Amino acid sequence: MKKIIITVVGKDTVGIIAKVCTYLADHNVNILDISQTIVGGYFNMMMVTDPSASGVDAGQMSDELTALGEGMGLSIRVMGEDIFNAMHRV
Amino acid sequence: MINILEAAETVRMITQENLDVRTITMGISLLDCISEDLEQLRSNIFRKITEKAKDLVQVGNDIAKEYGIPIVNKRISVTPIGLVGAAACKCPEDYVLIAQTLDDAARAVGVNFLGGFSAVVSKGMTRAEENLIRAIPKALSRTEFVCASVNVGSTRCGIDMDAIRLLGEIVLETARLTKDRDSLGCAKLVVFCNAPDDNPFMAGAFHGVTEGDTVINVGVSGPGVVKTALEAVRGESFEVLCETIKRTAFKVTRVGQLVAQEASRRLGVPFGILDLSLAPTPAIGDSVADILHEIGVEYAGAPGTTAALALLNDQVKKGGVMASSYVGGLSGAFIPVSEDQGMIEAVEAGALHLEKLEAMTCVCSVGLDMIAIPGDTKASTISGIIADEMAIGMVNAKTTAVRLIPVMGKGVGETVEFGGLLGHAPIMSVNAFGCDAFISRKGRIPAPIHSFKN
Repeated sequence: MKKIIITVVGKDTVGIIAKVCTYLADHNVNILDISQTIVGGYFNMMMVTDPSASGVDAGQMSDELTALGEGMGLSIRVMGEDIFNAMHRV
Repeated sequence: MINILEAAETVRMITQENLDVRTITMGISLLDCISEDLEQLRSNIFRKITEKAKDLVQVGNDIAKEYGIPIVNKRISVTPIGLVGAAACKCPEDYVLIAQTLDDAARAVGVNFLGGFSAVVSKGMTRAEENLIRAIPKALSRTEFVCASVNVGSTRCGIDMDAIRLLGEIVLETARLTKDRDSLGCAKLVVFCNAPDDNPFMAGAFHGVTEGDTVINVGVSGPGVVKTALEAVRGESFEVLCETIKRTAFKVTRVGQLVAQEASRRLGVPFGILDLSLAPTPAIGDSVADILHEIGVEYAGAPGTTAALALLNDQVKKGGVMASSYVGGLSGAFIPVSEDQGMIEAVEAGALHLEKLEAMTCVCSVGLDMIAIPGDTKASTISGIIADEMAIGMVNAKTTAVRLIPVMGKGVGETVEFGGLLGHAPIMSVNAFGCDAFISRKGRIPAPIHSFKN
C-alpha cells in the first residue's frame, strides 16, 4: 500500500478541511491521519491517505486537488509518501 | 510517520526554493550500431535511440507528478560519436550527417538535449576524431538538440595541444555559424580535461566506453535550498556552516536517489550514478553566487570567494555521498556565469573577472562555464585559455571544462541573451596579451609526475 501525502498551505479560511475531505470521500480515498498547524502565519495541513480502494491515481488526484485549492486560494500538493521518507529518514 | 513540519519543509523546498531534479539522462551505447556503411550506421543509430528511450520522457513526467517534484530535463547521452562513426565517416561532412540523425532521434523521443557528439583525444587524435572535431561547427549550427564535447587531456595521459590549437578555431567557427543566434552554438560545445564517463549534465554528457549498454544517470540540484538553510545560521561558526550545508545536501540528494531508482525500475534500465551538483539556473533564488554571498563575501569574486567555494563544494559532496548508493558524474558546485543571476550581477558590478573564475575552478566542479567573450577574440587566445584550464585539471586530478562563447559582433560591456536555462550574460574582457608562439608548438604536454602511480 503506497500512501499519499496531501499538504495544504494558505490563508486560513472556513471549510478547507471539509472541501478536501469531501473530495477524498467522493473518490473513496481513506484518510489515515490529519495534522495541522500555523507556520509563519499560514495554515498548514497534512493528510496521510490510503488510495488503494480508490480508482484514482496520484496524477489525477494531484490535478484535481490542485484545481480545488486554486479555487480557494490555497496551494494543495499531492505527493507520494516515499519522497518524505527519503528526505527525512535515514 | 512523517510529521507536519518535515512535510512542510519538503514542500517549501520545492515550491519556494527551486528544489528540483535537474535531469534524468539515459546513457545509450551505440557501439553495436557501428557499420562501414554510413546510411546503415545512421539507421542503426536512429533505431537504437528511439527504441531504448521511447518511454523516457513519459516515465520522467509520471514520476514528477506522483512525487510532486519537478524533473526539469529528460536527456540522452551516447557513446562518443568519434568512435561510432570512425569506420563509416570519411570526411567532416559525414559526421554532420550523423549529427542530423541524432537530432532526429532526440526529436522523435521528445528529449531536450542529446550529448555525445564527442571525441576523447587526451593523447592524440585519430583521423576520424579530427574529422569529428572539424564537423562540430556545422553539426551544432544545423541541429537543435545535439551537444558536442571534446576531452583533450587527462591526468594519466597529459594534454593534446594539437587538439587544443584546433579547438580555438572550432570554437570561433561555431560562433560564426550561429552568429544570427548570438553565437549560441558555443553553448553546446564543452572542452574537457578528465571528463567523466557518466556525467548526466549537458552540454558535456557522453556515454563512455566503460559503461554498460544502457544506464540511467540523474542530476539533482538545489542552490536555493542551501541558500535558505544558510540564512538561518548567519554569523555562526564554520562548524555550524559546514554542518548545515552537509545536512541540506543530504536531503536534496536523497530525493535524487529516489527518482533515479524509480526511473531505473520503471524503464527497466540499470541505475548508473547520481550526480550531486549544485547547478544554478537564471531564476531568482537558484544561484550558487548567492550562496557564496550568504557565506559572507560581498560578491562572488571578492577576496575569500575561492575559500568559500572550496568549503561549499566539499560539504556538498560530504553530505551527498551518504545519500546515494552510487555517486559520480561531475558532483560539486557549478559556477556558470550566464546561468546564474548572482554571477551575472558580480560581473556587472566589476567584482568578478576571468582570472578569478579560473582560480575558482581549482576548487569546484567544473570549469570556465558559459562565459561570453568578445567576438573578435583570437583563436590562439581561446586555445590559451583552454590550455590553462586543462592544466588545472591535469595537475589536480579533477575534471575541468571550458565553455566559452565568443559573441560575434559584440564587445565588452554589451550583453548577450540566450534565453531559457542558458540565461543572459555580460561580455567579459579577455587578457589582450598574446600566446601565439606557445599555441603554435606541435604535439602534447606530457602527463604529470604524480600520474605514475603503478
